[in-house]
Amino acid sequence: MMPYFKFDYFGFDFGLVVAFIIGIGFGFALERGGFGNARILAAQFYFYNMRVLKVMFTAIVTAMLGLFYFAWIGWLDLSLVYVGDTYILPQIVGGLMLGMGFVIGGYCPGTSVVSASTGRTDGFVYLLGIFFGIFVFGEMFPLLEGFYNSTPMGRVTLPEFLGISHGMVVFLVVAMALGAFAAAEWGEKKIAKKSGRGVE
Amino acid sequence: MIPKKEKSHEEKHFEPKPYSNPYVTGFGLGIVLLAAFLIMGRGLGASGAVSTLVAVGVDKIAPEHAANNNFYKEYLGDGTTNPLKDWLLFEVLGVVAGGFISGSLAHRIKRTTEKGPNVSVKTRLIYAFVGGTIMGFGAKMARGCTSGLALTGGSLLSLGGWAFMFAVFGGGYAAAYFVRRQWL
Repeated sequence: MMPYFKFDYFGFDFGLVVAFIIGIGFGFALERGGFGNARILAAQFYFYNMRVLKVMFTAIVTAMLGLFYFAWIGWLDLSLVYVGDTYILPQIVGGLMLGMGFVIGGYCPGTSVVSASTGRTDGFVYLLGIFFGIFVFGEMFPLLEGFYNSTPMGRVTLPEFLGISHGMVVFLVVAMALGAFAAAEWGEKKIAKKSGRGVE
Repeated sequence: MIPKKEKSHEEKHFEPKPYSNPYVTGFGLGIVLLAAFLIMGRGLGASGAVSTLVAVGVDKIAPEHAANNNFYKEYLGDGTTNPLKDWLLFEVLGVVAGGFISGSLAHRIKRTTEKGPNVSVKTRLIYAFVGGTIMGFGAKMARGCTSGLALTGGSLLSLGGWAFMFAVFGGGYAAAYFVRRQWL
């Protein structure tokens, strides 16, 4: 029965080995996709290269369908997979900040690690910025704690929140992703034609 | 003719290969994420590893200060285990290795700074530091980053994950106009 770790197939220390191996896969995939390069990532926000959207939504749909079918067959106890609690207001405010940091600095935390490990100075400096930002957050935490813990909603998922079945939400997400892919392909071609900038 | 052809062949060998198809890459990333769910019962992450390092650093320099702060305490644990034996920290070490392996195989390891043509390296690095700072702060406020909250929470259909993801795109598009000189 999966998840294996929750059913004591192996201990915490071996879990760290698994972490390292999964991390290799994660870093490999990010680099393959061009996510070690800030210009490719930033292009998402100027509509001339929609790689971020395509890779992210394909990954989400793949993992989501996998979780859904493994649970449906009965190989996976989905209730044992960790879902973080929702704190809706701080998560929206944090998300807006993250988006701004993304387009100003050119990376997100995971991609800056890949960027630095493939020799990019800007990725390394960005990573230093993350350390500093987290340090500032930590030092200000006594002031921020109230807002940080505001609007708690617990372990809430879209099917519960919207009151529709898990399968229906999965279907809607797949449909939305396919629509977004079609729009991205169409938009990239249109912008490439207009500006003469090729799709990298 | 022939020497020229040989030369171009040689050069081609060391030229960086083009990036992979985004849908194939996304599928591969999704399989890695799914493997984390099925084996560990948890998703991927990145900013959490930096938080652990920051908390351990503060604890080394000012242990009392760290002990009085709920944020650092969460990452330091109760003292019975070493905080550096952290799942996300080992995962991020893997990301360093995986990125380097992929980059090496495709001849994309290069000492350079990625930027648009109309901005100096110095300006770009200042923007990178400022952006990283805002991102680090925001990721802690949101309890996760693009990998831990958008990718992981997104595929688990977490409400917070999806609200966060739309906020990230919203914040990015809202700020894009003001920093366009850096990229375009």
